[in-house]
Amino acid sequence: MMRKFIFYFLLVLSSLILFFPLLYAISASFMEPQEIYAGKLLPSSISFDAYGEVFDRVPLVHFLLVSFTVSFIVMLGQLIVSSLSAYAFVFIPFKGRELIFFLFLATMLIPWEATMIPNFLTILNLGWVNTFAGLTFPFFALPFGIFLLRQHFLTIPKELWESAQMDGCSRFKFYLKFVLPLSKSSLSALGIYGFLTTWNQYLWPLLVTNDESRRTVQIGLKMLIDTESSSSWNMVMAGVVVILIPTLILLFIGLKYIREGLTAGALKG
Amino acid sequence: MGKNKSVTRNRKRLNQSNLFGTGMLYLLPALLLLGVFLFYPIIMSLYYSFFEVGGGGQVGDFVGWEHYASLLESPQFRQSMVSTLLFVLYTVPAQIIISLFLAVIASEKLKGNGFFRTIFSSTLGVSVAAGATIFMFLFHPSLGVLNNILGMVGIDAVDWLTDSRWALFSVALTTVWMQIGINFIILLGGLQNISRELYESADIDGAGYFAKLFKITIPLLSPVLFFVTIIGVIGSFQTFGQIDILTGGGPAGSTNIIVYSIYQEAFSYGNFGYASAQAIILFIIILIVTIIQFRVGERRVHYQ
Repeated sequence: MMRKFIFYFLLVLSSLILFFPLLYAISASFMEPQEIYAGKLLPSSISFDAYGEVFDRVPLVHFLLVSFTVSFIVMLGQLIVSSLSAYAFVFIPFKGRELIFFLFLATMLIPWEATMIPNFLTILNLGWVNTFAGLTFPFFALPFGIFLLRQHFLTIPKELWESAQMDGCSRFKFYLKFVLPLSKSSLSALGIYGFLTTWNQYLWPLLVTNDESRRTVQIGLKMLIDTESSSSWNMVMAGVVVILIPTLILLFIGLKYIREGLTAGALKG
Repeated sequence: MGKNKSVTRNRKRLNQSNLFGTGMLYLLPALLLLGVFLFYPIIMSLYYSFFEVGGGGQVGDFVGWEHYASLLESPQFRQSMVSTLLFVLYTVPAQIIISLFLAVIASEKLKGNGFFRTIFSSTLGVSVAAGATIFMFLFHPSLGVLNNILGMVGIDAVDWLTDSRWALFSVALTTVWMQIGINFIILLGGLQNISRELYESADIDGAGYFAKLFKITIPLLSPVLFFVTIIGVIGSFQTFGQIDILTGGGPAGSTNIIVYSIYQEAFSYGNFGYASAQAIILFIIILIVTIIQFRVGERRVHYQ
């Protein structure tokens, strides 16, 4: 009994501390500017003014659409490229695949930031500044995604391929009709992970966009702080809440998959 | 007979080269993309580091080791390296210890722990920009909650982001908060993989809660702790967004950690060559850190 009480006490206290910044951001987004100056923790009445204002001042809907498109394209690209590679590593026993697999493993040692200057120049030379291509293409090949899917594909019995082959199933058809449907859970984990990390990207969109046409929400938020933070914190917090909603919802829905997927990667990878 | 053998061998060879072709076909997209966006640029970074390269990528004079030599002598770069190392020390142990504590209390069999697990995972869904913006508000010198709390207990306000003694700590605090989600998820997964039987036999021996925690849980969790340490250290070396939003590398360069320093050198001052030399140093540091961790880790880690 005592033991239960102690654990509940620790759980509630930790949750309050950890969740405080998010709760406070939500609370401040409903406040009037005077209440923020008075240092209040809760608004006296719920006001949506800050939300109306933030949508007026910055093209937030446009930024949200850009972020959504970019994240969706990267997610799809990563799923296709990673699953094709993982399929080759598991189901096609060609010579030298251990070597290539090792090469892919080694790429994990290259920090992406060490390649950003030449990558920026590549995008510049291709004329891909302010384009979806420039924002998405460099992230399609994700070694981590290849390992994650490879771990899962290894659990599919090889006999399945042998019997499918006898029924005249081609390699590509086996990939499409058997391997992908059997791997829904790890594909979901990778998809959610890819969408979240792309949505949250900061440095790359900062480099390859310089006007509003292809600006993502994260850079839009930086713009909002630069222009408004001196005066209207309630508006800035409303902006924060708006850009947090999509990823928090996605995280809460997909948590089960992410936990299974990432844990498998960490423990067996 | 001999003829037959060579026919099968030929067929085998044909089959093998067919397989190779098919395999490469499936790997082609990944190989092409990694080639263009990872292997080519890391080689180009190395190449640029030996030249004067302007902001548009115009390659000028060959300068040999000059960029590296002047980096080693530059007080700014030395300060940047010190700040980077301090930042790793401030963030990695703290985020792992806090996440481990949360994972341990959330793995108790209690009603409603799914709710707490969701809360503890939530910072994974918070972007760098959003997290940093919220903390910028909390750190605000006059409106911020942190200084309000200090004021209530009668402590003088702290200039969290503009005092060079505090700025790196403040950025680290923000980072630790943002990293808890992912570390918690991985550590909780590790805890749930530990076999129940071990605890049952410890119960029979009459072991207490903390004895079980330190004698069973933590040793068996060591491969996972090792994994989160590696990704934590690498992640800290790659920190950028929270610096750009909270401090812009200041005050007095105290938060100018390496990726921010590369960014500024390249994209604010247009010295692509000099910045590339820093990028190569970042690459080498991460390489060395990873190799050392694997060497040390292999000896220390207990596998179940």
